[in-house]
Amino acid sequence: MLSALLVMTGIAIVLGAALGYAAIRFKVEGDPLVEKIDAILPQTQCGQCGYPGCKPYAEAIAQGAAEINQCPPGGEEGIRKLADLLGREFKPLSEEHGVEKPKAVAVIDEQTCIGCTLCIQACPVDAIVGAAKQMHTVIDKLCTGCELCVAPCPVDCITMTPIPETVENWKWKYPVVELRRVA
Amino acid sequence: MRSLFRFHGGVKPATNKAASTSEPIVKAPLPPRLVVPLHQSIGGTPHPLVRAGQRVLKGELIGAADGNVSSAVHAPTSGLVTAVEPALMAHPSGLTMLSVIIEPDGEDRWAELDRLNYKSTPPDELRDFVRDAGIVGLGGAVFPTHLKMNPGREGRTRTLVLNGAECEPFITCDDMLMRERAAGIVKGTAILRHLLQADEVLIGIEDNKPEAVAAMQTAVRAEGESMEVVAIPTRYPAGGAKQLIRVLTGIEVPHGRRSTDFGVQCFNVGTAYAVFEALTCGHPLISRIVTVAGNVDRPRNYEVLIGTPMSDVVRLSGQRTDTTRYLMGGPMMGMRMPGFDVPVVKATNCILVASDALFPPPPPEQACIRCGECARACPADLQPFELYWFSRAKNFGKAQEYNLFDCIECGCCAYVCPSHIPLVDYYRFSKSEIWARERDKSASDQARERFEFRNFRQEREKEEKAAKLAAKAAETRAKLATEPAVDGAAATPAADAAEDPKKALIAAALARAQAQRAAAQPKNTDNLSAETQAEIEQIEARRRTTGNAPASGPAPAGTGASAPDTQP
Repeated sequence: MLSALLVMTGIAIVLGAALGYAAIRFKVEGDPLVEKIDAILPQTQCGQCGYPGCKPYAEAIAQGAAEINQCPPGGEEGIRKLADLLGREFKPLSEEHGVEKPKAVAVIDEQTCIGCTLCIQACPVDAIVGAAKQMHTVIDKLCTGCELCVAPCPVDCITMTPIPETVENWKWKYPVVELRRVA
Repeated sequence: MRSLFRFHGGVKPATNKAASTSEPIVKAPLPPRLVVPLHQSIGGTPHPLVRAGQRVLKGELIGAADGNVSSAVHAPTSGLVTAVEPALMAHPSGLTMLSVIIEPDGEDRWAELDRLNYKSTPPDELRDFVRDAGIVGLGGAVFPTHLKMNPGREGRTRTLVLNGAECEPFITCDDMLMRERAAGIVKGTAILRHLLQADEVLIGIEDNKPEAVAAMQTAVRAEGESMEVVAIPTRYPAGGAKQLIRVLTGIEVPHGRRSTDFGVQCFNVGTAYAVFEALTCGHPLISRIVTVAGNVDRPRNYEVLIGTPMSDVVRLSGQRTDTTRYLMGGPMMGMRMPGFDVPVVKATNCILVASDALFPPPPPEQACIRCGECARACPADLQPFELYWFSRAKNFGKAQEYNLFDCIECGCCAYVCPSHIPLVDYYRFSKSEIWARERDKSASDQARERFEFRNFRQEREKEEKAAKLAAKAAETRAKLATEPAVDGAAATPAADAAEDPKKALIAAALARAQAQRAAAQPKNTDNLSAETQAEIEQIEARRRTTGNAPASGPAPAGTGASAPDTQP
């Protein structure tokens, strides 16, 4: 009886120590879930979700403070991926946060630009170059299409232009013709 | 006799090659308008070097290679550039692309040509020369040739394989080139061999082209080269690079590796001929041999300038009236062209003229019955049915796990499928979706990195600003503490300075401002000379007599509203 108790206690102590050591030795810095959610989000950094950037939104989702359907640039596919990852129910995109639009880039009308630098300060990814009283321009390859530069412009010289389809980004069509129930 | 190997799978469709080989290659006449797309190879789009209204000479550079993975583009004839604008591409998408449109002047005058002695030129210069001559793989993949002119990682190429297999039905452009210009091909191969320092050269030709085999053997003997012309069994797709290497050398290039890792490099015969033309004659790649076959009266091979509209070439062979579409390439791998007047490009080995009678529309697609025929036919040892299911379900991760990107899109699986499933369409769809996702992923990774750096930068700037302000405040405080009080006003704040530096700063600033104001407002009526004083008095007296004196008598009734303001 006593020996059995001792053996069990001994095992408990050894395993407990092993677990305790492992918890310290293999401690994960940061929240891995946040990273996973952040990887799904489109990194537009537009703030349409109500958070200042994709990472804060990912943190809010991980804490359960935000819904998964607040990201218009991610669209329906993004919501599905988040639902899969988090085991939550799919929800259609929340209307108050915006609508899904085709991908676009900001274009500055360089004739109208007065060089006020307001758009440069608004750009979350530093994709606008220019200096005070000098013409500004958008580096289209870096633009995420967040539209944050459109509102601050005092002369309304920034327009959002959808990305045209070229031979490089053209995609083969899905060969399945979907049959829809008519009645 | 060399012992040959077998590749897995493959099919034997009717070759349909006899009709277009009965007549020799003929030069297609100069068309009234040439549309030369700038993007004609894998890699970057060349920058246009000409403007509308400019005259160009034949062989003049009109598009410079953009970076190393790119290839130059030249004017196919002399004439006037009428526009540099987007034009319909020889691409299944039906999209436009920046092209140089040339109106030939009919003189066909060559620009000054640059020749090169390959034996006395360093390899790097030779590669740049080939890039600037616009030479790309003419088998159809249009991979820039200069990138393949490097010995492999081991620094030495054992085997140089020359691909003259031309396995796809209807296409005979390589066959005719070998029959008629074997000497040039052999000379071009010698140049490639010199660059790669290859030990052996194998020229693989399918055994259904005995004339080409004979012509090449004669040319090799005549040139005194030690190359071996090997007739290989006819089986589609023996002309695929990996399949041909397998047949000739027995080496199976595994997933994710290149043939150069095994000391083997492979070129198309047309490419070898283009290299010969460029180095010995100085002619850049401005024309190629194109087979016109299918729904035409006289199938034949033409030497066509790049940029010639396809319909102009097909007309020479007598296009039949029931033609519905053109395919670029053969019936197995060809792409449907979006129009009849799309230009011939470097990738155009064949214009297959199609009608519904010749190529009837495929029967409706039926469900996969899991017969496994496609896996038996696949020359890349894949499992096409698995790839089909994953592609159909848009499960792209799984499709990639099953090595979708090893698929060469040869069409064998679709050819044997008893359910008539257009399998290759599914693979192309999957591949382009995966590429699009990878582009999006790299763009979002970049955006995340830039956003995080911007936050870091803003944080840093804020800290730097705070540090600067603190340093300045400390400096002023030190100055106030050490400087003795100049007057009574400053003495009191200076005493407080130790307790509240901010208050002290404000008090000091106030005192400074007061002193400045006192100094800046001189009274111009002070210290007047006697003369001026007398003058002033005179004026005042005059004013009194005319009744204009300021502040004398009540203001007129009409201006009553503003009167109180004018009162002193």
